[in-house]
Amino acid sequence: MSEVLVMAGRSVRLSLRAGDALITALALPIMMMLLFVYFFGGAIETGGPYVQHVVPGVLVLCAAYGAGTTAMSVANDMAEAVMDRLRSLDVSATALLGGHVAASVVRNLAATVLVFAVAFAIGFRPVASPGDWLLAAALIAAFVTAMSWLAAAIGLLARTPEAASGYAFVFAFLPYPSSAFVPVETMPGWLQAFAAGQPLTQVIDSMRALLLDRPVTVLGAAFVWCVALGLAGVAAAAALYRLRVKRA
Amino acid sequence: MTVVAEGLSKAYGRHTVLDHLDLTVPSGAIYALLGPNGAGKTTTVRLLATLLRPDSGRASVAGFDVVDARSEVRRRISLTGQHAALDEQQTGEENLRMVARLTGLSRAAARERAGQLLERFALTDAAGRRVKTYSGGMRRRLDLAAGLVGEPEVMFLDEPTTGLDPRSRQAVWEEVARLASAGVTIFLTTQYLEEADRLADRIALLHRGRLVAEGTAAELKHRVAGERLELTLADADAYEHAELMLGGRIVRRDPARSTLEVATDGSGAHVRELLDALDPGRTLVERFAVRSSTLDDVFLEVTADV
Ligand SMILES: Nc1ncnc2c1ncn2[C@@H]1O[C@H](COP(=O)(O)OP(=O)(O)O)[C@@H](O)[C@H]1O
Ligand SMILES: [Mg+2]
Repeated sequence: MSEVLVMAGRSVRLSLRAGDALITALALPIMMMLLFVYFFGGAIETGGPYVQHVVPGVLVLCAAYGAGTTAMSVANDMAEAVMDRLRSLDVSATALLGGHVAASVVRNLAATVLVFAVAFAIGFRPVASPGDWLLAAALIAAFVTAMSWLAAAIGLLARTPEAASGYAFVFAFLPYPSSAFVPVETMPGWLQAFAAGQPLTQVIDSMRALLLDRPVTVLGAAFVWCVALGLAGVAAAAALYRLRVKRA
Repeated sequence: MTVVAEGLSKAYGRHTVLDHLDLTVPSGAIYALLGPNGAGKTTTVRLLATLLRPDSGRASVAGFDVVDARSEVRRRISLTGQHAALDEQQTGEENLRMVARLTGLSRAAARERAGQLLERFALTDAAGRRVKTYSGGMRRRLDLAAGLVGEPEVMFLDEPTTGLDPRSRQAVWEEVARLASAGVTIFLTTQYLEEADRLADRIALLHRGRLVAEGTAAELKHRVAGERLELTLADADAYEHAELMLGGRIVRRDPARSTLEVATDGSGAHVRELLDALDPGRTLVERFAVRSSTLDDVFLEVTADV
């Protein structure tokens, strides 16, 4: 356990020192939120101020961008000599990857807090009981953890850090065909089925319902998706790690 | 015997990188694996340090099998690879403290150990700076320090001085000698004959994945002619003539420089006799020199027919 903490501490320290990359990672979701609220929001009919609608979508987008960073840092480690040292120190795969995932969750939760802060500043007014807040926090934490494990798996799949960030870009695209920014009903029919069914929509709709005091209908499905994706990420990461190490 | 390898083999696809490697390293020795780029040095080190699995053959380090008892081996070794294994964005001290924590030390003990090592490697002043600002020599020292955090029984050093300036190289040599005298077994690889000659108790010559010679520096040099007479011939014709005359006695030829080498005992009588027989007219041989064999000679000789 302390091994995981040491590795997580390392990853957090390294991401705090990533300089421009850190600023971009934090600024990008904020910029996207401002972009949607002030440029597109006026044209999108959501039955209220657009900022009320868009915050959960921005949080998910944020996690998707975060996945790129995580995939890249895993790929980076795999490519470098430091991996040989860590392995010769008998650091377990759990600690190696768990450290990255833990740091990724910390990064993402920090970004989430920042998004909330800016959202409040521009008029976001959630209506939620403490219990709803708690559930919303648990859901975003579960989602971010699942994304982080998937990202770690992608980092192991890619041969180079550049390839890793390329693959992870798929994540950054997924929020658009979902309920994040525009109502699903406005999409073409063939896309509606996907957008309505995909996990991001379950997570976003649940967040929206919790934060805006609307009837919560798909929270169970959202959590199930998070757990399933997380487990898939863990299994894929473990298998890929074994493969990489054996072939090294 | 601290390191034993028997029939160790490794291939990537159809490319055999190590071919039935046998070697034994006595406890407390400095053992040098000498070979040119691509010979298989890094592969050997990574196999012995449990990072790679052999295709066949077996090896043990400190009495434990490198495949079956990986964790036991890892607890007793350290590896300092060819490329510095450090986090550029962490400070020197943070790097060492991280390694110390990973070897199981408490926070306080890790801090103390890092402090000691920084001092020992003259890095105290740079302790708080990020590694990316370090010079090549400083990185190497920090990397060595990181290898010593866990007080290993066996240290693997893969090309520890490649790319270093002479002063840093000297510092590494001194540290290696100090560690060996403290009882640590050192397994190092190098491309430099001089380094192996100066530093190692035993030397193994690796060539295209095969051990072509093994022994002390003296033993290896003894395998080839102890003293050599180097003849510089006047021109191409003289070279051809001398080559014909000396035949099988030639131990090294270099047509480009127009030099031939033959074995000699170094005595005046032998040199004079040889020169008289070869060159009665005293026109063919422009210059001559007697020199002792070097590991270079050994290397050229044992790899000549492989
Ligand atoms: N992962 C790998 N895949 C394919 N070939 C490799 C791999 N690692 C090393 N080799 C090959 O094995 C040979 C020996 O490499 P190496 O052990 O690094 O030599 P050295 O350290 O002596 O320079 C080289 O020809 C190299 O190209
Ligand atoms: Mg090498």
